[in-house]
Amino acid sequence: MASQHQTPTAHHEPSFPWQYVIGYVLSLVLTVIPLWLVLDHVLTPTPLTIGILFCAVLQIFVQLFMFMHFTHGDGSGEPAYQTVVLSIGFFFTVVFAGASIWIMSFSSQVQ
Amino acid sequence: MNTVPHWGIFITEPMILGSDVMIVLTSVAIVFALTKFKKWGWLWREWLTTVDHKKIGIMYMIAALLMLFRGGVDAELMRTQLALPNLSFLDAEHYDEIFTTHGTIMILFMAMPFVFALFNIVVPLQIGARDVAFPYLNAISFWLFFFGAFLMNISFVIGGSPDAGWTSYPPLSELGFSNGPGQNYYLLALQISGIGSIATGINFLVTILKMRAPGMTLWRMPLFTWSVLATSILILFAFPALTIALALLLLDRTLGTHFFTMLHGGNPMMFINLFWIWGHPEVYIVILPAFGVFSEVISTFSRKATFGYGSMVFALVAISIVGFLTWVHHFFTMGAGADVNTFFAIATMVIAIPTGVKVFNWLFTMYRGRIRMTLPMMWAVAFIPCFAIGGATGVMLAVAPADYQYHNSYFLIAHFHQVLIGGTVFGMIAGMYYWWPKMFGFLLDERLGKWAFWFFNIGFYVCFLPQYALGLMGMTRRIYTYPAGLGWTVPNFISTIGAYLMGIGFLFIVWQVIYSVKYGERDVTGDPWDGRTLEWSLPSPAPHYNFATIPTIEGRDAWWMAKQGQLDKNAFLPKKSDIKPIHMPKNSGRPFILSICFFIIGIGLVFGVVPFDVIGGLGVAFCMFRRSFEYDTDYYIPVDEVIHTESALGRLQG
Repeated sequence: MASQHQTPTAHHEPSFPWQYVIGYVLSLVLTVIPLWLVLDHVLTPTPLTIGILFCAVLQIFVQLFMFMHFTHGDGSGEPAYQTVVLSIGFFFTVVFAGASIWIMSFSSQVQ
Repeated sequence: MNTVPHWGIFITEPMILGSDVMIVLTSVAIVFALTKFKKWGWLWREWLTTVDHKKIGIMYMIAALLMLFRGGVDAELMRTQLALPNLSFLDAEHYDEIFTTHGTIMILFMAMPFVFALFNIVVPLQIGARDVAFPYLNAISFWLFFFGAFLMNISFVIGGSPDAGWTSYPPLSELGFSNGPGQNYYLLALQISGIGSIATGINFLVTILKMRAPGMTLWRMPLFTWSVLATSILILFAFPALTIALALLLLDRTLGTHFFTMLHGGNPMMFINLFWIWGHPEVYIVILPAFGVFSEVISTFSRKATFGYGSMVFALVAISIVGFLTWVHHFFTMGAGADVNTFFAIATMVIAIPTGVKVFNWLFTMYRGRIRMTLPMMWAVAFIPCFAIGGATGVMLAVAPADYQYHNSYFLIAHFHQVLIGGTVFGMIAGMYYWWPKMFGFLLDERLGKWAFWFFNIGFYVCFLPQYALGLMGMTRRIYTYPAGLGWTVPNFISTIGAYLMGIGFLFIVWQVIYSVKYGERDVTGDPWDGRTLEWSLPSPAPHYNFATIPTIEGRDAWWMAKQGQLDKNAFLPKKSDIKPIHMPKNSGRPFILSICFFIIGIGLVFGVVPFDVIGGLGVAFCMFRRSFEYDTDYYIPVDEVIHTESALGRLQG
């Protein structure tokens, strides 16, 4: 419906969506690794946090490039709204994760 | 204690029994009426399978009003219990259940759908679109909300309501302390409707960015549409935090993980942190659309363009960004330390600046305007002092050291009811009155509406002003009774009177709607308020394709400019030669069926019945699979049909 003459591109894409399959497998792997790190007590707390954060950041890039067409323009010459919105999203992600660690650091003093 | 006899015992159990009977009787009556008048096919074709944003909006609004009634009854029961000391109208457990469902329903199942109702009804008409960007997804959003709300509401009669508060803090909400199905109901109901909310956020973000009529730049958009854009961004980034918090708590309860438990390395405060990462933006999600309504209403009924349009947009965007940086003020008393509390206290106070900008802009819009005191305008004017008091007490609560005194007291209760009722509810009612003729083609009766307004407004202050005093006197929230001799009796009694007055106000609104269906003034012009924005250039109700030809927009408030002779009014009427076949989405029953499958999964998880999870899960997967291979999703309305409809409306040119 966006513009009346443009049909969704999915109708015209005959090739197998390898990009999504690879992305899906990568995101599963990047989810299993932190789970394993936690379940098997592989690392001490600080390296564990860093390891989980590292996997999470990789996960973000998988999502952005494999699923969210981060680098694609929409071809209409309009501003690339998705870049603006994803930048805001990136900012919030960093704030939520960073601030949560900051806020919750009180418990290490209490315990 | 027990100066009053324990007649509560005889009331509470019959209350549930009575509700059972009422639900069964109402269901039988609905089934009987639909069968007798042969309306099943009509219900399926016109409503259950619709992807039309206008009908979805109407369904959201009806659901919101029903939930306002349910949440309102909860409120009246609580105020009755608290009217005098030592009453045993409700026992402690029942009272806990009622304050939990009151809060959950009012925020998630009343305010949210009411907001979404106005999104749906207004946005495509205001920007010159024929539907939203993803109409099928829009239907999924509605039905997921509907079955989420349904799941929440049946908890009362099947298995027991949740009773850990609407915030559902662990460890109380963990299995060890709430082992009934009630808490599962809460988690699943919010989770299912939450999927729909995120989808709505995406839908309207894309609709507004990509589907505006030619010439309608962002800087020509009406302020309501701007508020929806800001709200959509909030939804998109806030709701995932709730999804995660609920999912992890559900894992704790069903699979025995230890994310939020007291022992084994769990951290209950992390739930509270995640909950409020969503919860604080959530209050802006429900207030920003109300701000948008007030901008439209005040501008229309002052016959002036909104004062400071640019600063209004700036304020909306600023609130939606800074609103994400204040969440810790909900748990200052956790004791995170002076540096954390200072940061979030200052961020909270900063929010008051853009909000203040908006309030002054509304006042300056009215200044020297030719004001008409219609119903929507009355609610908008009443909002300003109400919200100003709520905002001022909010800044008091933002002072972290002082918050240690106010925290969880009735001062807080009075504050957030003042902003949520004075802001969101007043805004949604104003919006409902304002766009009602656009939805249904008739106006709501003014005289009955004034009775509703005065009862509700006077009732509001009578109910909540004494609660500020009660909070300062030490009364905490969520207590089901209190002893005599603390000086709390008189303010509580006054507060209860106010709650009843508000209830009477609501009944007047119901009466007003029923009365106006038959006797309300018909809107034959499509522009009953002498409006400014694009939706008023259409007939009421709008044809299902909205615009026969999409107008080119040449200014802000273009319809108003056309009526003033600054633009060509004929540009808003379709020319016979310009009409082309109109591309529209097809109806689909799958959103409804998909949502039923989610509901079955929900029931399965609530009671731990694995076959239900399997059946529901397979149903969801099957619906998604079918959709993936469905190509026949749209159709064209032929030119003849459009010409026929438009000429019957007397709008056709040439």
